[in-house]
Amino acid sequence: MTSLLGVLFDGVTYGCLLFVMSIGLSVTMGLMNFINLAHGAFAMVGGYVCVIAMTRLGVPFLATLPIAFIASAALGIVLERTLYQRLYRAPHLDQVMFSIGLVFVAIACATYFFGPSQQPVVLPQFLRGQVHAFGVDLGVYRLFLIALVVVITLALHLLLIGTRFGAQVRASVDNATAAAGMGINVNLVFAVTFALGSGLAGLGGGLGIDVLGLDPTFPLKYMVYFLLVVTVGGAGTIKGALVAAIILGVFDVAGKYYVPEVGAFVIYVLMVVLLLLFPAGLFGRRT
Amino acid sequence: MSHARANAAAADAGAGALAGHLPHDRWQPLEWVFWSLPVLAYFLFPDYLVLATQILIVGFFAVTLDLILGYAGIISLGHAAFFGVGAYTAGLLAAHGWGEPFTGLMAAALVAGVVGFLMSFLVVRGQDLTRLMVTLGIGLMLFEAANKAAFITGGVDGLSDVNMWKVLGVFGFDITGRTAFWYSLAVVFALFALARRIVNSPFGLSLRGIREGPRRMPAIGSPVAKRLVAIFTVSAAMAGVAGALLAQTTQFVGIDSLGFPRSAELLIMLVLGGVGRLYGALVGAAVFMIAKDYLSGLNPVYWQFWIGILLIVVVMFGRGGILGRLEALWLRLRRRI
Repeated sequence: MTSLLGVLFDGVTYGCLLFVMSIGLSVTMGLMNFINLAHGAFAMVGGYVCVIAMTRLGVPFLATLPIAFIASAALGIVLERTLYQRLYRAPHLDQVMFSIGLVFVAIACATYFFGPSQQPVVLPQFLRGQVHAFGVDLGVYRLFLIALVVVITLALHLLLIGTRFGAQVRASVDNATAAAGMGINVNLVFAVTFALGSGLAGLGGGLGIDVLGLDPTFPLKYMVYFLLVVTVGGAGTIKGALVAAIILGVFDVAGKYYVPEVGAFVIYVLMVVLLLLFPAGLFGRRT
Repeated sequence: MSHARANAAAADAGAGALAGHLPHDRWQPLEWVFWSLPVLAYFLFPDYLVLATQILIVGFFAVTLDLILGYAGIISLGHAAFFGVGAYTAGLLAAHGWGEPFTGLMAAALVAGVVGFLMSFLVVRGQDLTRLMVTLGIGLMLFEAANKAAFITGGVDGLSDVNMWKVLGVFGFDITGRTAFWYSLAVVFALFALARRIVNSPFGLSLRGIREGPRRMPAIGSPVAKRLVAIFTVSAAMAGVAGALLAQTTQFVGIDSLGFPRSAELLIMLVLGGVGRLYGALVGAAVFMIAKDYLSGLNPVYWQFWIGILLIVVVMFGRGGILGRLEALWLRLRRRI
C-alpha cells in the first residue's frame, strides 16, 4: 500500500514535469498544426542555462528558473520568426525533417560546449530532505514541483480563459483563417504563444534536472514523451495535456517499479493502445 | 481507353516524372548509366568496397522507405524496425547453422513482411502525427525487445557468430569484400527493378492518387486501406531483405540496426536525395554515407552538427532534394537553349 502511494506520488511528479515541458508543444501544435520534434531542445537550453547560472555565476537555484524561462522564450521567438514561421504551411515531412535537424544541431552544440556528461544540480537546503505523510516519505523538492505546476496550470488557465490574449489564442486554434478575418493578428499570436511555450519548456528543463537528469541527448531521450503527451492529450488543450502527462507519468513510473524487466514497454504499449482508442487524443477537438 | 491514358498521363506528370515523356516502364539510358556507376566504382576504388557495399544496402533500404513515404505518403519514423527484424532473422538463421544466403534473404523478407503486415493496420488508421508516433513507438518497442532478449540477440554486444555459406556454393564471403559487393549489387538491383515495376504499375498509380487525394480515391472505387496495407507490407519485406544483406555481408548484427537513429538517418538520406523518385533514395544514401565516412572521421560531434544544418538547409531552400534541384536546373537549361 505504501509503495503504491509512493509510486503514485513519483508518477504524479514526473507527470507534472512532463506537463510543464510539453504544454507549449501542445498549444503550438494545436495552433499551427506544426509537428515540432525539437521542443525538447528548448527544455535542454533551459536546463543548461540553469546549470551555468548556478555553477559559473553563483545565482541561487530558484532565481535561475526565471532566467531559464526568459532565455528559452527568447530563443523560441528568434527561431519562430526566422525559421519556424516559414514552414507553417509546409508538408508535415518538411516540418519533421527541419525539427530533427534542429535537434541534431542542439545536441552537437551542447556536446561541444558542455561535454557529453550529466550536469550536476545543487538544490537549496530548504528543498532537500523528505516529509513524512500518509505513511510514506515525500521528497520536499517533488512537493515543490507539484505545487509549482498547480500554480502554472491555474495561471495558464486564467490566461487562456480570462484575458484578451487568451481569447485570441483560442480563436486562432479553432480557426486561424476566420480569426485573421476578425482582425486578430494571428502571426503575433503564434509568435507570442511559441515564445511562451518555449519558455515553459525551458522552465521545465531547469526544474527537471534533479529528476530527469540533463545531458546533450536530452531532446532525443524525452522527445517521445513530449509527443506522447500531445498526441494522447489532444493538441491544443490544457486539460488534455495535463491528464495525459499524469497518466503517462504514473504508468511509466509504475511500470519501471513493478515490472522492471519490461519497464520501457509499458509506456509504448500504453501509447499504441491510447492512440488506437482515441485517434484524436483524449480531449482532442480535431480529427 | 483514352480516358485511362489521360488519367495515367495526368498522374505521372503530377508525380514529378521527367517532363516530356509519356508514362511507361521502359528503362532510360540515364538509368543504365546510373547502374554502371557501382560497377565502375568496383574497378576504380577497390579499397572502398566495404563502403560501396554499405551504400548499396542502405540505399536500397532508403528505396523501401520511398515506397511508402514518397509514393503512398506514409511518414514513418520506425522503418529501422523492419531492417532490424530482417537482419536478426538472417543473422540468427546463420548463427544456428543455416548459412545459405538466398534462403536467408527470403526468410528475412517473410518475417519482416509479416511484422509489417500486422503493423500496417495500426498505421493505416491514423493521420500523419499518429502514424509518426505509432511507427516510432513500435520501433522503440522492438529495440527494447532485442535489448532485453540478449540471450537470443546478444543484446548490446550484438550477434557476432554469423557464419555464412558460400553464395551459390562457389563464392565465399571473405575479407576483401568482393563477394559481398557483387552479391549485394545483384540482390539490390533485382529488388530495385521490382520496386520500380511496382511504382510504375496501375497499383503504383493508385498509391500516388491516395497520396494526393485520400478522400477522392474511395470515390472512384479505390480501396485505400487495402492498398496502403499492401504497399506497407511490401516495403517492410524489402526493408527486411536490406537488413538481411547487411547482416550477411558484415557477418554481424548490431542492436543499432533497430535503433531510432537509423530510422532518422534513413529519412534524412531520402529527403536529401529527393522523395518519390526511387533514385533519390540511392543518390541520397551515397552522398550521406560518403560524407559521413569522411566527416565523422574528423569528429563525430561535428558530423551531427553539419547533418543538422544540412537538413535545415535542404528543407528551407532545397525542396525536392538533390535530384529535384538537378531536375529543376535541367528544365531551366533546356528552356533557355
